[in-house]
Amino acid sequence: MIPTPDLSHLTRKDYEHVYEPAEDTFILLDALEQDAEYLRSVRPKICLEIGSGSGCVSSFLGTVLGGTCSLYLCTDINPHATQCTVRTGKQNKVELNAVLASFADPLNARLRGSVDVLLFNPPYVPTIGEEATEAQSSADIQGAWAGGEDGMQVTNRLLDMVESLLSSNGCFYLVAVKQNNVPGIQAKMLQEYGLHSEVVLHRRAGGEHLFVIKIFRGSSDQ
Amino acid sequence: MVRLITHNLLACHVRGCNSNNFPLQFQDVQIGLREAEFNPDFLRGFLPKIEWNALVGAARQLGDTSLPEEQPSMLDDDFLKTLHHVLLEIHVEEGAMVCPNCKHVYPISNGIPNMLLAEHEIG
Repeated sequence: MIPTPDLSHLTRKDYEHVYEPAEDTFILLDALEQDAEYLRSVRPKICLEIGSGSGCVSSFLGTVLGGTCSLYLCTDINPHATQCTVRTGKQNKVELNAVLASFADPLNARLRGSVDVLLFNPPYVPTIGEEATEAQSSADIQGAWAGGEDGMQVTNRLLDMVESLLSSNGCFYLVAVKQNNVPGIQAKMLQEYGLHSEVVLHRRAGGEHLFVIKIFRGSSDQ
Repeated sequence: MVRLITHNLLACHVRGCNSNNFPLQFQDVQIGLREAEFNPDFLRGFLPKIEWNALVGAARQLGDTSLPEEQPSMLDDDFLKTLHHVLLEIHVEEGAMVCPNCKHVYPISNGIPNMLLAEHEIG
């Protein structure tokens, strides 16, 4: 049993601007814990979380793998979130390297084929497209959930970068809900990028049917 | 925190800025030194991902000249300890990073680099 990261340093004030870990966060933690042995066996050197928010997920990954065993990079477009990410890392003795950035934009050139573990808990809630666009440019808490049409407006942009980022034995954990069309995501990654995938965890929580999809190169031995 | 391990992975991504856009040059920096736990296995595994010349240059900009010009082929403990210090213990807290090509300035505040671009600069 790996403990949930200590978030006691974060306050109501922080959660006015930064998404507070909830069921969608916890299903991702559970998926990482379930894969802990596999993840350690890959001996990741570079882990990258997009939209790290509170920093809860990367802190947890750091605890799973060992704080000094990998580089933990975390991007977010929300400056409050990057600060919280660093603080949560410190609180949990994992050095999280936060970068204020959209997706992996400033890292893409140097991280080509180098990311061993990629994490994304995207804004997946279906909204009208404009709402998601505005939420992203406001770079505040709305950007953590408003996902536009099918809830896929933001996720689709990352899906097109995954293949170029992943290392040869790298894997990508993505949170999704049923309305995002999970089989559609899996088909797209296979057909357009030759990437395999499996649903490693799914559960109903509140009104949502949550999924964690693991996307990777190669065939079936992962 | 902008440590040199992160700096070594950041490139300018302004639209159309595709060459000589790495490594970013430090400007007006304040640095802090913080001890980190030494993990030789991690350093050996990470070394192939490092752009050596960029690392040596960046360290010198921060006043650290401990790294050799050429990456040594023998990875003994002395070298790994030097590398550990340069990569993981020097923190740039404030200042900026400037693209050598287009001169775009990326500010660093509270140890966090702001790599966001305005709408019209996005590639």
